[in-house]
Amino acid sequence: MAKLHINGSVVEVNAAPDTPLLWALRDHAGMTGTKYGCGVAACGACTVHLDGHAVRSCALPISAITETQRIVTIEGLSPEGNHPIQVAWRALDVPQCGFCQSGMIMAAAALLAEKPRPTDADIDAAMSNICRCGTYNRVRAGIHQAAAGITG
Amino acid sequence: MTQIAPTRRAMFKAAGTLAVGFYLAPRGALGQAAPATPEVNAWVVIHPDDRVVLRMARAEMGQGTRTGLAQMIAEELHCDWSKISTEYVTPGQSLARNRAWGAFLTAGSQGIRQSQDYVRRGGAAARIMLIEAAAAQWGVAPDQCTAKDSVITHAPTGRTLRYGALAAAASRLTPPNPVPLKEPRDWTVIGQSLPRLDTADKTTGKQVYGMDLKMPGMLVAVPRRSPVFGGKLQSFNAAAVTGMPGVKHVLQVGDAAVAVVADSFWQAKTALDALPIVWDPGENGQVSSASIDARLTEGLTATEAFIGNQQGDARAAIAAAPRRIEAVYSYPFQNHAPMEPMNATVVWTATRCDVWCPTQNGEAALAATAAAAGLPQTACDVHRMDLGGGFGRRTTHDWLADAVLIARQLPGVPVKTMWTREEDMVQGRYHPVTKAKMTAGIDANGEITGLHMRISGQSILTFAFPGGLQNGRDPVQFQGLNATGAESAIGYTFPNLLIDHAMRNTHVPPHFWRGVNHNQNAIYLECFLDEVAHATNQEPLALRRKLMGNHPKHLAVLNAVAERIGWTTPPPAGVFRGIAQQMGFGSYVAAAAEVSVNARGILKIHRIVAATDSGVAVNPKQIEMQVEGSFVYGLSALLYGACTVKDGAMVETNFDTYNVLRMDEMPKIETIVMPSGGFWGGVGEPTIMVAAPAVLNAIFAATGRRIRSVPLKDQDLRRA
Repeated sequence: MAKLHINGSVVEVNAAPDTPLLWALRDHAGMTGTKYGCGVAACGACTVHLDGHAVRSCALPISAITETQRIVTIEGLSPEGNHPIQVAWRALDVPQCGFCQSGMIMAAAALLAEKPRPTDADIDAAMSNICRCGTYNRVRAGIHQAAAGITG
Repeated sequence: MTQIAPTRRAMFKAAGTLAVGFYLAPRGALGQAAPATPEVNAWVVIHPDDRVVLRMARAEMGQGTRTGLAQMIAEELHCDWSKISTEYVTPGQSLARNRAWGAFLTAGSQGIRQSQDYVRRGGAAARIMLIEAAAAQWGVAPDQCTAKDSVITHAPTGRTLRYGALAAAASRLTPPNPVPLKEPRDWTVIGQSLPRLDTADKTTGKQVYGMDLKMPGMLVAVPRRSPVFGGKLQSFNAAAVTGMPGVKHVLQVGDAAVAVVADSFWQAKTALDALPIVWDPGENGQVSSASIDARLTEGLTATEAFIGNQQGDARAAIAAAPRRIEAVYSYPFQNHAPMEPMNATVVWTATRCDVWCPTQNGEAALAATAAAAGLPQTACDVHRMDLGGGFGRRTTHDWLADAVLIARQLPGVPVKTMWTREEDMVQGRYHPVTKAKMTAGIDANGEITGLHMRISGQSILTFAFPGGLQNGRDPVQFQGLNATGAESAIGYTFPNLLIDHAMRNTHVPPHFWRGVNHNQNAIYLECFLDEVAHATNQEPLALRRKLMGNHPKHLAVLNAVAERIGWTTPPPAGVFRGIAQQMGFGSYVAAAAEVSVNARGILKIHRIVAATDSGVAVNPKQIEMQVEGSFVYGLSALLYGACTVKDGAMVETNFDTYNVLRMDEMPKIETIVMPSGGFWGGVGEPTIMVAAPAVLNAIFAATGRRIRSVPLKDQDLRRA
């Protein structure tokens, strides 16, 4: 029985140690906002925060995570869904099918936490998530808009 | 919103018994009598508190159809936009009501354009009935009453009634016939860049996709099908994995697949990976990309071919010309790779089968369900989930049939069948593979006397819809190349023209794909015209214009992108331009690209200007999003998209070997929306077809290299 610190609560997860965090979240903790896209850390749909950093949960076994490491998922990013990234996303209608957007938003939120006013080059480097609908330019605009709101 | 949450709404009264019919009673628990449906007509439901629910037959997969169709109905309904929501109808409901909602197919960029007339009339009929109900209540003439923002006003007295107070009475009236529609000049909702109706839940993780479904007692199945198309399952050793954690069953699925059923996905996948399976590859086990290419190459010069477009005598004109220009192009298999892998949740009993899944065609999904379930369609239904991407893959239902065959072995148990990404990559329905031999006869003045475009390769209809063939000829092959028509007519007039198709099918199943045959047809024609222009010392845009005198709408979008990108002015230092146009899905589109290629052959696409004339522009902002999205899809195909065949099976198994365009490669996109009125064109696909040829032509301008085979990852782009 693994203990994971998810969105501010300690959750007991009855899963095999090699179970990736993604499936512990989706199938054991009941949080399906984090998506499965590839299983090999290539697409970013499964991005969550581990101690504030964006990580790809599909390739991270729960045995590698301690009870004190803070996991934040899309469900826990903000109490009312009003993180500046989420607000900007709604203002710009960023999502299309939306399947990749939980991962996009978590990656963008981690970027802003590290770099409150990211440049386009910072965004290129941090946002390697795949979107097949093609929302990239609106993702970029959303990050800039959220950054502008945060700092002034 | 339209999501179903089966954990709340689906209730299993007993093992093996699924209470269904909850869709029209979303607020009531299953098994209870449904409350009186406050339905004014098939398209419009109005609740007593004025909430307006607009019914949807077409599927939302990110393309904005839900919002666009809601705008169409609301335009005529005169309802308060802030009070609307939407819901999917099921194909089972439609079947029971004599197809009250028309076609469910959401493909070919037709979600809006093919249903715009009847959904608008649905809204208009409901408004007329609401007005009649109010007039009857007041005892006045209907023509003294007006409707606006869900309120009916009797102008002479100033009395008002809300839609919510009239819906029940209106629903009992005889529907008007005929139903007049507003003139386009009077539209106030159509043509507006209204925000999408489905954004909020996609920013919080609350949006429920098929993959996210949970039901009491649900098991998860992970299947694996013969990696060689047409191969069979020879044997598997279930005993090797039945003791693994969570594993409940190991099931044969038809004669070519096996599935592990477990409590959760990871348990099922882990056991499947450990399951010893022996496949019989059958007769296709030796097929390779090279053998397929050889077969297509033979077709380039074959005597027999289906004619797609013939004007004059191109062969004679080319034979008589003093000069001939030839080039051979090719285009590979490509996977749709939607972000959400294939999945379906199924409950099967001996008397009933219900499925929950993302599909681009609810009616086809129902037919596939019934066939696999061994039940009549009236004993089945398909509860649709918003799609995590479709792109054509979810218009066909091989994955659903297998999910039903799995659940059929576990009566009464909800089974969610989920494909791994690897299964999704090797069990696709692929963009067809083709080659083309382009031949132009050139006279002494450098003018084209005749053009022969010989296509060789796969026919989608032969595999997917043989009933659509015309005496063996696949008309879809000639997208963008047809002599006439409102769907996809060629934009040039040549003195002599022959476009024909030597059908060369393979064992790899082809299917519709965003843009599908337009994508390579546009490369073949637009890049070859560029070749001819350079070989005859003509400016590429000028050559096109010379051939487009009879095609003013094609020319208008081409001129628009040329003007916006500044075609007649020099580009920035080191930057080079290319241009392309085509008509497809009822719309006219063009693109102009700016690229640079450095000394190491690294391509950077700086900027693409795109123009779309879709006749009517229902939501210009949505069109911008579709143009940007189509370019990401089309440029992904251009840069990286190739599925290769070895020993009869697909080689690429995930995004690490089937890469796609990402943020750092995304060019700036400028979209020109220029609706000329009078027709309804699609917008989800058309611009994809001009992305690749515009960039390829710009690459030639930059490097002198004419790329005739994609993807670019396999090409040397260093300056020739």
